[in-house]
Amino acid sequence: MTTSLVTTTPGRDTYDVVVIGAGPAGLAATAMAAGAGLSTLLVDENAGPGGQVWRAIASTPVKAPEQLGADYWAGADLVAEVQASGAEIVHRATVWSLDRQLEIGVSVGGMSSFIKARRVILATGALERPFPIPGWTLPGVMTAGAAQTMLKSSGLVPDGRTVIAGQGPLLWLLAAQILRLGGRIDRILDTTERRNYLAALPHVLDFVTSPYFAKGLAMMREVKARVPVTTGVSELAAAGEGQLASVSYVAGGRRETIPVDLLLLHQGVVPNVNLAMAAGIEHRWDDRQLCWSPLLDADGNTSVAGIAIAGDGAGIGGATVAVARGRIAARAAIEALAPAATAKLAAENVLRTALAQAERGRSFLDVLFRPAPQFRIPSGDTIVCRCEEVSAKDILDAVAIGATGPNQLKAYRRTGMGPCQGRLCGLTVTQLMAQARGKSPQDIGYYRLRAPVKPITLAELAAMPQTEADVKAVVRG
Amino acid sequence: MFKRIDQDNRPRVQILVDGAALEARQGDTVSSALLASGRDVRRATAVSGAPRLPYCMMGVCFDCLVTIDGVGNRQGCLVPVADGMQIEIQKGKREIGR
Amino acid sequence: MTRLADAIIVGGGIHGCSTALHMCLAGMKPVLIEKDYAGRHASGVNAGGVRQLARHVAEIPLSIRSMEIWARIEQLVDDDCSFESHGQVLVAENAAELENCRARVAELNALGFTHEELIDAAELRRLVPAVAETCPGGVVSRRDGAANPAQTTTAFRRKAAALGATVREGIAASNVRQHDGLWQVDVGADTYAAPVLVNAAGAWAGRIAASLGEPVPVETVAPMLMITSRVQHFIDPVVILRGRKLSFKQFANGTVLIGGGHLAVPDQDRNETMLDWRSLAVSARTVFELFPVMRAAMITRAWAGIEARTRDDLPVLGPSARHKGLYHQFGFSMHGFQLGPAAGAVMTELIVNGGTQTRIGDLGIDRFHSSQPQR
Repeated sequence: MTTSLVTTTPGRDTYDVVVIGAGPAGLAATAMAAGAGLSTLLVDENAGPGGQVWRAIASTPVKAPEQLGADYWAGADLVAEVQASGAEIVHRATVWSLDRQLEIGVSVGGMSSFIKARRVILATGALERPFPIPGWTLPGVMTAGAAQTMLKSSGLVPDGRTVIAGQGPLLWLLAAQILRLGGRIDRILDTTERRNYLAALPHVLDFVTSPYFAKGLAMMREVKARVPVTTGVSELAAAGEGQLASVSYVAGGRRETIPVDLLLLHQGVVPNVNLAMAAGIEHRWDDRQLCWSPLLDADGNTSVAGIAIAGDGAGIGGATVAVARGRIAARAAIEALAPAATAKLAAENVLRTALAQAERGRSFLDVLFRPAPQFRIPSGDTIVCRCEEVSAKDILDAVAIGATGPNQLKAYRRTGMGPCQGRLCGLTVTQLMAQARGKSPQDIGYYRLRAPVKPITLAELAAMPQTEADVKAVVRG
Repeated sequence: MFKRIDQDNRPRVQILVDGAALEARQGDTVSSALLASGRDVRRATAVSGAPRLPYCMMGVCFDCLVTIDGVGNRQGCLVPVADGMQIEIQKGKREIGR
Repeated sequence: MTRLADAIIVGGGIHGCSTALHMCLAGMKPVLIEKDYAGRHASGVNAGGVRQLARHVAEIPLSIRSMEIWARIEQLVDDDCSFESHGQVLVAENAAELENCRARVAELNALGFTHEELIDAAELRRLVPAVAETCPGGVVSRRDGAANPAQTTTAFRRKAAALGATVREGIAASNVRQHDGLWQVDVGADTYAAPVLVNAAGAWAGRIAASLGEPVPVETVAPMLMITSRVQHFIDPVVILRGRKLSFKQFANGTVLIGGGHLAVPDQDRNETMLDWRSLAVSARTVFELFPVMRAAMITRAWAGIEARTRDDLPVLGPSARHKGLYHQFGFSMHGFQLGPAAGAVMTELIVNGGTQTRIGDLGIDRFHSSQPQR
């Protein structure tokens, strides 16, 4: 094995494998592909490896291992493996284009270039599900994941009056981490629907025998010992004049309003589909996870030849599942590009068994933490599209005059046309329009996403390599 | 809203925020440093001028947009601080590149 | 089950929708068949330019007539279509290009057209203050402007439906045939029959024409556009270039649209286009040079719409040369949006009155089949 090269810009213009995203799936795929001798490039938007779940694993100021927990430090081995794999690694690189020719537009330090891949493994992970409540755009309202990012990468913890609202495993993990590090949490507002407990029962056996069970229970006990938890929260709103001042909620039929400086929202994560959809990869509505998921074969191959998806971008499964999927996708790439090298790899059935084990317990979590309709489908003046500041009522008005789907809506209200390109409104728009029109989200569809999936400046585009015709014109003088 | 943990012993980095010096830590992103400062670092949107602070801190919401060393609309949550870096809070003027 | 209508229109772009609306105004009950949804392709995603400027002489009368409709568009479709009339300016980047402009305006004046007006450097600077200082002048068409294409196409469709047109979206027209003097078209399990068939199927119209024995030299193209984030207001008119491929327009919301005809690779059967970023980089370089103020603007999105371009870059508008009751309205070759309102009015006149006052004689399909030398 050779030492990997961490560079500031891709060293060549063609690679056997380009892995996009350095979270669990991307790291696992990179380690295996590069380790098998394929020329492998790992590009990632962040300053260091880890993705979201292992964010800042190489640089966090939080050194005591028990504070971030064993699941966090589990990533260290894989990071070391990648560093010894011979891969080329470029951080702070933004992939803004990927097409059917497997040509990748990547921006590093304000300069863009194109690279070609024989295989692409997308490991772009997840983002937090939109949580469109009244006032969610106010300064002082953030996602739980945002607080966790600050905690891991900068050792920052809440110290004003802080409320965490929502549901899901991440919420409890974050709360435990904040408390361990001396941060402040005044209250947890649990939005889990009571009926979900019943609905999840058929999946419970699977769950109690999974690793989630013991860890989750311990964490909830740890948090509940120190923070008041209000369950059965069925309404939630943030308020304030230009800054969050209070949170009001309804639980058990009673409305309460509490003064607060920081509100952290979380109702699960969903695949980050922007790059995959812009590449033309087919997705379908997943009615259990309430999000778009790519159509994949058992190896993670998408509808676009040569592009595979691994990790939470393939459907939410968590870090262990992501690692297993990353390895399966990499193995398939190796099998296609260098079949002889597969002899030294873990056997296919071993990898698939690991995946099946890691997936155990997920269906219970999906059903238990299925977000309530009122927290997914807002009404009235509640902002849906944060970038263009479009409310639920604006969208319903557009539906009334003939907007039939998200793409028609853009013409009326510019939803999804701002810089976030629908990441924070797309799921809401689909579900809101589906409800308004009495159709399924699958029938309503999603924004047609196009490159650049992240904005680039005109100057950066202007400085791109010239066309062959341009070059010839210059050569001819 | 946020405080630094005691065990954080990363090297100090000095940046300038609208001309005023701010001490950050090596490895902070611009957005983390701004939020840690306790100052009013709200930007104003280009649509209505509404005040915003970072929401996702992972590069997807674009509410952390900030001008860094003269280049506008940068995602502050993705850019690590560097000594002497000049930050301007965007006040929604829709200046090109701001 | 076969349903009778006064006319079948295939294609729910600006052209099909405009024809449907004008037919309704003339008392007909048409059925409009659109395989996706109205405005899904070029009509909904073009640059929205409403331009008489720099058109081929053969289509100027149609363009002028359309401009009259655009001026009162809200009265026609109950929607302002976000139409704004701040003029369109063609910029000459050097003295030779300005000479071409001068000759062009003189040619139009000789033909009796006065909508294009030669401007010097001072007037150019007054109209477009941000333009590079080296540009010596150009041409302005002051009544021109721009509209929101998806909003416009949808408004035509909505008004047509309100006036009694049947609009079938989501299933393609198939099995187009003539039977017992009626045109018949299948839409899923339904069949529509009518004495009149209008082929307004955009990029898909060439296939229909060919299947009816009237092939036209037409190719599928996908002109690319890109748009920036909101920037401060700095330009009112639409700007196009004489020498290079560029069109440039700032909307009231501050975003700037950059187009000009660089092409993506269309994939007609997938309803998809693959962007050519190297060509978009050429557009970016042109803007970089022409409007230095734009250099730091953020490109937030790029796209392309699929449409048909004929060999001579002119549309096919008029009756079939072979079949009674068949009419063609396609091949607008990347400049059909502005023409849509008048083309629908003219098409309806051809069908209802058997003729029109608007000069469209050079746009007939027979130009591709006659023995006369082609332009």
